[in-house]
Amino acid sequence: MADITLEKVVKKYGAVGVVHGIDLTIAHEEFVVLVGPSGCGKSTTLRMIAGLEDITGGLVRIGGKVVNDLPPRQRNISMVFQNYALYPHMNVRDNLGFGLKIAGQSPEEITRRVAEAADILGLAPLLDRTPAELSGGQRQRVAMGRAIVRNPDAFLFDEPLSNLDAKLRGQMRAEIKKLHQKVKTTVVYVTHDQVEAMTLADRIVVMKDGHIEQVGTPMEVFNHPLTTFVATFIGSPPMNLLPGHIDGATVRLADGTGVPVPDRLREFVRDGMAVLLGIRPDDISPVGHGLSQDGPGAEVALTVDLAEPLGMESLIYTRLAGQEVQAKLYGPRIVAPGEVLTFRLALDRAHLFDAASGKSVRAV
Amino acid sequence: MTVSVESRASKQAKKVALWLATFLLMLVMCLPGLWVVLSAFRPNREILAKPPVWVPEDLTLDNFGKIFGFGAEQVGIPVGSYFTNSLVIALTSTVIALIIGVAGGYSFARYRFRFKGGIFLGLMLFRAVPGIALSLPVFMMWSKLGLVDTKMGLIIVYVSLNVPFTIWLIDGFFRQIPQALSEAAQVDGCTRWQAFWKIEFPLAKSGIAAAGVFAFLTSWNEFALASQLTRSTDSKTLPVGLLDFTAQFTIDWAGMCAMAVIIIIPALILTFIVQKHLIAGLTFGGVKG
Repeated sequence: MADITLEKVVKKYGAVGVVHGIDLTIAHEEFVVLVGPSGCGKSTTLRMIAGLEDITGGLVRIGGKVVNDLPPRQRNISMVFQNYALYPHMNVRDNLGFGLKIAGQSPEEITRRVAEAADILGLAPLLDRTPAELSGGQRQRVAMGRAIVRNPDAFLFDEPLSNLDAKLRGQMRAEIKKLHQKVKTTVVYVTHDQVEAMTLADRIVVMKDGHIEQVGTPMEVFNHPLTTFVATFIGSPPMNLLPGHIDGATVRLADGTGVPVPDRLREFVRDGMAVLLGIRPDDISPVGHGLSQDGPGAEVALTVDLAEPLGMESLIYTRLAGQEVQAKLYGPRIVAPGEVLTFRLALDRAHLFDAASGKSVRAV
Repeated sequence: MTVSVESRASKQAKKVALWLATFLLMLVMCLPGLWVVLSAFRPNREILAKPPVWVPEDLTLDNFGKIFGFGAEQVGIPVGSYFTNSLVIALTSTVIALIIGVAGGYSFARYRFRFKGGIFLGLMLFRAVPGIALSLPVFMMWSKLGLVDTKMGLIIVYVSLNVPFTIWLIDGFFRQIPQALSEAAQVDGCTRWQAFWKIEFPLAKSGIAAAGVFAFLTSWNEFALASQLTRSTDSKTLPVGLLDFTAQFTIDWAGMCAMAVIIIIPALILTFIVQKHLIAGLTFGGVKG
């Protein structure tokens, strides 16, 4: 059991930098998810924590101890790999017990701990099978079993669910969450799936191009994105971003449409500033079909280009200030293309970003 | 209905044609071997008969008795020594070629180093040079070094012939083993060395066995270089020994065929023993992490 700290951690392959000096503190027993598009350096960061990649610069500490030069086996961590990495020539029992055997545990102790792990993950009936005889979800559970059986200081997960189909992914996501509640241990989890990040994490670390964009609880990251990248990456469908500039107490959009500057953001903007108005599809809804009907809002009449009914809600494509935006309609109501509806923009949940830097006006 | 009957008939015809083609091909490939084996059990008179005797009339073990030095008639050919030489040379060179092949193959599959591509290409090009083209320079060097007519001399030659091939084959097998397996083992507490021996080596076993069989057969069957570099019972191998059956005016076909059978048998047995591995080796893609 331990906390993990990264201090100005850098990774370069030759002259090419992959991770550009990131700082991060992961508390004891915390579940932290590194999320970002492919190539953002999240897996490399995880592999540096594991000891599978050399650290070019900076310090990695596990439990207060600098581990930069320790091989993986001396870091007391365990890792679940994307392709499971089960040993194909061993059955489930030996896969689970392998680490204990290497550590020189007695056969009785190995049997006891393998049984314990198998019990937690429901693997008891599968112990004599080989990995080839298991389904994807079962392999995933064996990989997790192999991780917990050694009782490590931290679990590292490298996109563990990306090889599973959507339904199984949902199930395994819940199992990982339950596992963390049962076996309280520090977890660092890498994924490119923002839903996994939102549902699993105590704290999310959003990465882009080898930098950390934002660190925060799922709700902080969702409600207060610090950059346009975070705003569009977290949340689905992504946040709409509309270019405009500040004109007194109004955001003047490209076609001249005026939207009042949200009260809570008024102190952060100055006249003439070029901004991006960020507003999630959930916060643009036809009047009477939205999430929140009170609080400050602005109403505009928009033409529906396309409607995708999803059952209890519909995703609507329309145009606002000459730009395509996505909106949500709650409640089972058929919408036809060409229909003109009055949409309400929930301004208390709108965001403003500095157009030049892409940063939230609150952070500039 | 008629369509399906017709298609069934044509399917049947295709099957028959395929069998026939396979049979003819196998016949062409196996006939010389079969003839050698048959001749090993027939007296010289029947082998040389004109018109040829297709179906053997009397089978005998005399030819084997002759070359092993028992029975009524004997030939003065030290088959036992040749057999021992062949075995020692082929086994030793195979073991050495495998050790180098595993180390080299693993390095090419897993590590990045300077001139990696160039070295690999060099190995492959070396493999493309026909061995016989090297025989004269090798002979001159070996005679300076006193390695002509020694087992060591041949072992070195065979190792260098086989190493490019074993490296190439074993490299391919290690490449197919996901690197994550070794990483998982290292996270599980292994050193790199332990991870290799406990995880990667057992998984590449089939490929290593396949490389071993090919290396052994190359050494066991090689004639051209051995005929240049060996002189006496100290180092002559079985294929070279076959020449002993040709005298100035006669060729002892029966004895030669008997000895050929003795060369073939160990190769067959070996291939048979490792065939499970060979097939597993050739279909290795089935192992997924």
